[in-house]
Amino acid sequence: METSLPTPWQQALDKLRDWARINSPWAIHYNSGSCNGCDIEILATLTPRYDIERFGIKLQGSPRHADVLICTGPVTRQSRDRLLRIYEQMPDPKFVVAVGSCGISGGAFRGCYNIVGDISAVIPVNVYIPGCPPRPEAIIYGVVQLLETLKKPVA
Amino acid sequence: MEETKKFIVPIGPQHPALKEPGHFEFSVEGEIVTGVSIRLGYVHRGIEKGAENRSWVQSLYLFERVCGICSHVHATAFALGVEKLCNVSAPPRAQAIRTLVGELERIHSHMLWLGVAAHEGGFDTLFMYSWRDRETVMDLLEMLCGNRVNYSINLLGGVKFDIDHAQRDAILRGVDFLEERSHHYLKICTTDRTFLGRTRGVGTMTREQADEFGMVGPTGRASGNKRDVRIDAPYASYAEFPVKLVTAEAGDLMARFDVRIRELFESFRLIRLILDNLPQSELTARVPRRVPAGEVVSRVEAPRGELFYYIKSNGSDQPERVKVRTPSLCNWGSVTQTAVGSKLADMPMILSGIDPCFSCNDRLVNIQRGDNSQVWTWEDLRRYGIEYYR
Repeated sequence: METSLPTPWQQALDKLRDWARINSPWAIHYNSGSCNGCDIEILATLTPRYDIERFGIKLQGSPRHADVLICTGPVTRQSRDRLLRIYEQMPDPKFVVAVGSCGISGGAFRGCYNIVGDISAVIPVNVYIPGCPPRPEAIIYGVVQLLETLKKPVA
Repeated sequence: MEETKKFIVPIGPQHPALKEPGHFEFSVEGEIVTGVSIRLGYVHRGIEKGAENRSWVQSLYLFERVCGICSHVHATAFALGVEKLCNVSAPPRAQAIRTLVGELERIHSHMLWLGVAAHEGGFDTLFMYSWRDRETVMDLLEMLCGNRVNYSINLLGGVKFDIDHAQRDAILRGVDFLEERSHHYLKICTTDRTFLGRTRGVGTMTREQADEFGMVGPTGRASGNKRDVRIDAPYASYAEFPVKLVTAEAGDLMARFDVRIRELFESFRLIRLILDNLPQSELTARVPRRVPAGEVVSRVEAPRGELFYYIKSNGSDQPERVKVRTPSLCNWGSVTQTAVGSKLADMPMILSGIDPCFSCNDRLVNIQRGDNSQVWTWEDLRRYGIEYYR
């Protein structure tokens, strides 16, 4: 990659990009082996009671359009490759939110023979949301925490 | 000369339609689907084998996490089976509370499905409305047991939570509200023209086909299949509080909507009946830590159909073998049948029409050729898994 000194034009563009990213991150959801509990709670955050879209967060289908990967469950051996592929297809900068106890430690499935491990065993994770499953409020809080860290200038 | 070209449309495992991973390959000619291949197993975690390394109580919590949507029925099936092995029966009040929570869970599951199926049909307004109303029943479940999903209300030998007067009133209020809304949904699903265009005559299964493919639950009942474990082999307190069978004859998607929504009314009625006649008794019976040797079959009716548990004990504090047969896998066969000849655009509706739940159905199937039958140990399976996906 070519590197050059930041021009004023480049700086302004970066600022604009950061502003857009924080105000409307697009998320992709992947279930890498969870029991479904976290997935229905993620879906519930979209619905009128919780309405995560008021933060500009949109759940959509393609990894190529996504900024945030919301990932649930422990990683099974079969879905490991697919999880890596989705992660690699996402454009930089990309962020990963691990939802649920299984994503943190393997949870109730820890030690089962078809489990690779938690999500951080496969891809780097930015935010962990604990709970089995976490409440929709907790999921929203976790994602907002992620957005807060983006506001700070990168050291 | 016009050449017909055959395309294969791959979908999944990550796709915007369903929230769980499953891989489908539709071969299409033009817009018509000519063949389907389904690849499952992305969420196979090895729960049955995992239970063999855990104590009976730990296994209860593991089986609750087979599926987050119908967690209560899994735990109920396991607890009922273990109680039968121990020759203990849970006290009547505990059984009634199990039944009550089971029906609340059915309401939550059917409303969830109504929303998801409407979403697949491009009817997002209904999705948002039904999920908004579903929050009512989620609140009730949270009030009863402190968690919105994975209630863990079951213990081996009883239940953890009692229902007091305030909770009883809250449940009755919630059920009244939901009943009113369900009338509205029934009206929409049976009269709305755009909706009928997507559902009437789509994905039709005749009674014969449904029997042939072994369809269970509301999907089978929509084809006129008169089977419901709650009626055929009453468990918990379904013998004291009988349910009426809800069936339809048409067998298409509309019939499945119809059956599931009418089952909601049956659940509302049952919940009121149980709350009015809640028996007084203890909440738990004592279950020994070491379960006597023996084997048992335990059947319950999950929101998606018959759930079957086979439990074998060798007298130790861990199960020797647990086999789970979930309704979703039984219904997949019907998709391969109905999909052929349908339009590609109808596929999301047909897929969601059976109310698929991938975390339930991703189980290891070991096809034995010849008679090289062998018992796989934990280490064998682990090595096999690591080798397979290397």
